[in-house]
Amino acid sequence: MAESKLSGAALVIGGGIGGVQSALDLADAGYKVYLVERQPGIGGVMAMLDKTFPTNDCSMCILSPKLVVAARHRNIELLTLTEVLGIEGEAGDFTVRLLRRARYVNLDKCTGCGDCLAKCPVKLPNDFEGGLSERRAIYRLYAQAVPNAPMIDAKHCLKLVRDKCGACAKNCKAGAIEYGQQDEEVSVRVGAVVVAAGSQVAPTALRREYGHGRYPNVVTSLEFERILSASGPFSGHVQRPSDGRKPERIAWLQCVGSRDESVEKGYCSAMCCMYAVKEAVIAREHMGSVEPTVFYMDMRSYGKDFDRYVERAEKQYGVRLVRARVPEVREDQRTRDLVVRYASDAGAGAERFDMVVLSCGLVPPAEMVELGRRLDIKLDRFGFVAGDNWDPVASSRPGISVAGSFQSPMAIPETVTGASGAAAAVESVLAEVRGKDAVAEELPPERDVRGEAPRIGAFICHCGVNIGGVVDVPAVVEHVKTLPFVVYADENLYSCSGDTQERLKELIREHRLNRVMIASCSPRTHEPLFQATLAEAGLNPHLFAMANIRDQCSWVHMKEPEQATAKARELVSAAIARVVRQSPLPKVKLPVKKAALVLGGGIAGLTSALAIADEGFDVCLLEREAELGGQALSIFTTAEGDDVRARLKATIERTKQHSRIAVHTNVALDGIDGFVGNYRTTFHVRGADKPMEYEHGVVVVATGAEYRQPTEYQYGASDCVITQRQLEEMVEAYRRNPKTERPGSVVMIQCVGSREPKRPWCSRICCAEAVKNAIALKELNPETEVHVLYRDIRTYGLREEHYRRARGLGVVFIRYTPEEKPEVRVEDGRPIVTVRDPILGRRIRFRPDILALSSGIVPRAGAKELAMMLKVPLNADGFFLEAHMKLRPVDFATEGVYMAGLAHFPKFIDEAVAQARAAAGRAATVLSRDTLEAEATVAHVDRERCTACRMCETLCAYRAIEVKVVNETFGTRSAVVNEALCKGCGACAANCRCSAIDIRGFTNENICRELTALLD
Amino acid sequence: MADFEPRIVGFLCNWCTYAGADLAGTSRMQYPPNMRPIRVMCSGSVDSVYLLRALLEGADGVFIGGCHPGDCHYVSGNYKARRRMVAFKSILRSVGLDEDRVWLRWISAAEGRKFADTITAMTDELKRKGPSPFREQWDV
Repeated sequence: MAESKLSGAALVIGGGIGGVQSALDLADAGYKVYLVERQPGIGGVMAMLDKTFPTNDCSMCILSPKLVVAARHRNIELLTLTEVLGIEGEAGDFTVRLLRRARYVNLDKCTGCGDCLAKCPVKLPNDFEGGLSERRAIYRLYAQAVPNAPMIDAKHCLKLVRDKCGACAKNCKAGAIEYGQQDEEVSVRVGAVVVAAGSQVAPTALRREYGHGRYPNVVTSLEFERILSASGPFSGHVQRPSDGRKPERIAWLQCVGSRDESVEKGYCSAMCCMYAVKEAVIAREHMGSVEPTVFYMDMRSYGKDFDRYVERAEKQYGVRLVRARVPEVREDQRTRDLVVRYASDAGAGAERFDMVVLSCGLVPPAEMVELGRRLDIKLDRFGFVAGDNWDPVASSRPGISVAGSFQSPMAIPETVTGASGAAAAVESVLAEVRGKDAVAEELPPERDVRGEAPRIGAFICHCGVNIGGVVDVPAVVEHVKTLPFVVYADENLYSCSGDTQERLKELIREHRLNRVMIASCSPRTHEPLFQATLAEAGLNPHLFAMANIRDQCSWVHMKEPEQATAKARELVSAAIARVVRQSPLPKVKLPVKKAALVLGGGIAGLTSALAIADEGFDVCLLEREAELGGQALSIFTTAEGDDVRARLKATIERTKQHSRIAVHTNVALDGIDGFVGNYRTTFHVRGADKPMEYEHGVVVVATGAEYRQPTEYQYGASDCVITQRQLEEMVEAYRRNPKTERPGSVVMIQCVGSREPKRPWCSRICCAEAVKNAIALKELNPETEVHVLYRDIRTYGLREEHYRRARGLGVVFIRYTPEEKPEVRVEDGRPIVTVRDPILGRRIRFRPDILALSSGIVPRAGAKELAMMLKVPLNADGFFLEAHMKLRPVDFATEGVYMAGLAHFPKFIDEAVAQARAAAGRAATVLSRDTLEAEATVAHVDRERCTACRMCETLCAYRAIEVKVVNETFGTRSAVVNEALCKGCGACAANCRCSAIDIRGFTNENICRELTALLD
Repeated sequence: MADFEPRIVGFLCNWCTYAGADLAGTSRMQYPPNMRPIRVMCSGSVDSVYLLRALLEGADGVFIGGCHPGDCHYVSGNYKARRRMVAFKSILRSVGLDEDRVWLRWISAAEGRKFADTITAMTDELKRKGPSPFREQWDV
């Protein structure tokens, strides 16, 4: 086979959560990735957030492991302080010119100890903290920044500007400061590009009347995130910037730089309602005395579990939601309090607050517009890429995909989804060169240490002054030398630096060490690094233990050096006691069936199947109905004007003709067995007797959802009361046959059966659907009267444009509340609708020709059976539950199972397509491998001891342990662990009444030895 | 009794409380050095034998830290820990041992402050209680 001319590398622009996800997916699927970030560290906006909605997860805690993995990935080359100058070539073969700015700190030498930071005499406002705290001229973007090396701000560094000072170089024991570094231009060759360059918060200058910049107690939402953050400028104490006083009354003002055509920001930023409510909840959690008020236009809590979150905020946390417009904020100069004037349904008002938070929207920054120009991709009038509904991750230039809020305003889950989808798009361009430029892991053969007496090498780290400044390191070294089996002990200045790793490898060989103990920082951050070094030296990585004498010793007992030293000694003794009995753990390699099963033949299923097949893998697509197409079969156009039928038809045709896709319709599933890499599914085509079987490595659940048949508002009592979907059909009929008689007046009711106690979720699409049909009616006949009765109009993101257009065409929107719903009766076959208009303050009556009900989307009835079959969860509403709301929006907690489309939650076509492509991107991280390595620290059963009581079976959350006959002759039964499913949580071991179960690497014996050593 | 320094063994779940303890460190939050941590993967893996053994070997208190309810990395390990703790405490009561020497607390990866405060509070309480009766017996 001739070597392909395509490049096996990809460029990812932007090191925020979107770019990092794309980079990880691509690198895990066999591509070399250049990850380019303008800032000195990756993490993007998410690194600035305190908590994330709707789970209130700590943002940094869930983000930073991903950043560390990305930075350490052998196939990801991290290029920080780098920007794109230009790109030439075409899909498969691009040459990208990059500008790499000088950091003035050598990344290979810097250990991230931070000793240089405190010595710098230059103090500057810290932009990361919204200027609420200071940084030095040599600084880290944020405490946990990846890479952790600081950079020098060349504009303010005394050495670089005036050739004076040099304090940082003097204090750097690693010799990492390099004042002589220069910016340089480099170019890289890649086959495809992902642009995940993000956006920025809307500048507050868009609403000068709110006083940000003039009034110190008016802050932006991002600044407030930093105020809430424990690592922020006030260490997590909520206080007023003006005087440090604890604020009680805090107001959030929504839609700053959003939904505001007067400043050419006509779109909705899609996330501000939720983050404002979240900030209000968290502020209240910090201090029970806080009284939060959110001034909003429409509460756009349209996502999964969002409405529940808002309800809890109101009821449990006393967050006051006021629907009002705020024309201005004034400051009381004496107290620095703020007076918010507002206009609500109840009239005009004014209230005094201690603090005001501006919920700033997202805008594409000027640099992004410039980036768009350099990449030669089209942007919309706001500066977003705003792709096609059927290929939302594509840009106008083939080979360049987009993800995240550079595409359109979106929150974290949609960004991560788009990022995996963009990775899949890259893989379809570069399918034939998968693995070409990626480096395979190469390790020396593992030394067999069985039968050897333990020979432990023990290393005590100074971590610069971080440990050595408190703990008496030489004394701990002397102590460790007295412990049994320790044949080598020494201190390290920095155990984690590159040169120390090299030395460790030499020492392992030189002294024939067969165990290593390092006393330094946290195993959570550094164990993988040291274990990799062991593997490179030919030792099994599990012949290793760490003692955390920094994060949980020297840093927390800074004023008690003696006791800290005593504790360090004990921790070291415990780690030695543990490592003595560690044994090499086998790597369990499992082969991967390189094929995917896609369940569901709607848009999501079809798109997933095509994307996976385009990546170069076989797919079997199963559809329960006789016809492919799913819910899209009943949609005619999108709000953007796409001909859904034509596009659906083309997609179905391409799926049926794809050489890698087998399609079966009219299918009933009989069973799915197995685990990631090795599934076996049995099914039969209805009417045919012969069962069929398919072996595959991954599953995509794209089984969709259903339109709810309304039972409310006299549906069924009159032909004139129809669903929104039926109205669309009618509109289509008018379009095709201009002579059809058209309705003179239409009333629509929103949230029919949605956002109700029985179905508390928002169906997400109904507002835009109503707006779409309203526009169509007005376009067909401007005389048609259209009234939309709504609770909140949730045309989020760029869909806001349609809402504005509808109002411009004369569609009238009337709000109702759940306490005072519209009333409908039927007289002479015609509906009569009465509703209270909150603006007029009185009830009005309509006698429309048509009453259209937006009755929402409900989970499919069979979802529960499928969930049981796959052992995956549903949420309380009956939609499939993802592994993590923010960072794993298409994965199930069960590895190798992904979801896309309405099965996950109601969504628009473009969102379903993005998620379907994302499922393909995620699937490729499994399917691209020949084997998968199972977790080594899994449960292990001593069959001699097991009494087959089945307690472990009941307890295992993963169904990874099962009692089976293990000896046919005697019929002996014992618990057997499926190592591919076991996560090593230890629930079975802790409850085994005969101590027959141990977790490898965390054995009962070892933990008891640790205990004894600690208490000795 | 004023000079009594209790010895506490802590079983910290890798995903939440151990991470919270690390955060207390990175944030330089100070707490007494009486607690010795042991990292376990999940609070649900903490066998009652470990607790008993710690007390028998002279710990004045045992601390177990897990993820908040609903947040367990392993779906439901912390619920298992909670149920086991109820049983274990009733055993302690039945042998006449002070059940408040064993603490189970939910501390997330983000709660460095809560971790430091909890360890401080536990140390203070054990100082008030004095040495574990087990330890006294052993000292004889």
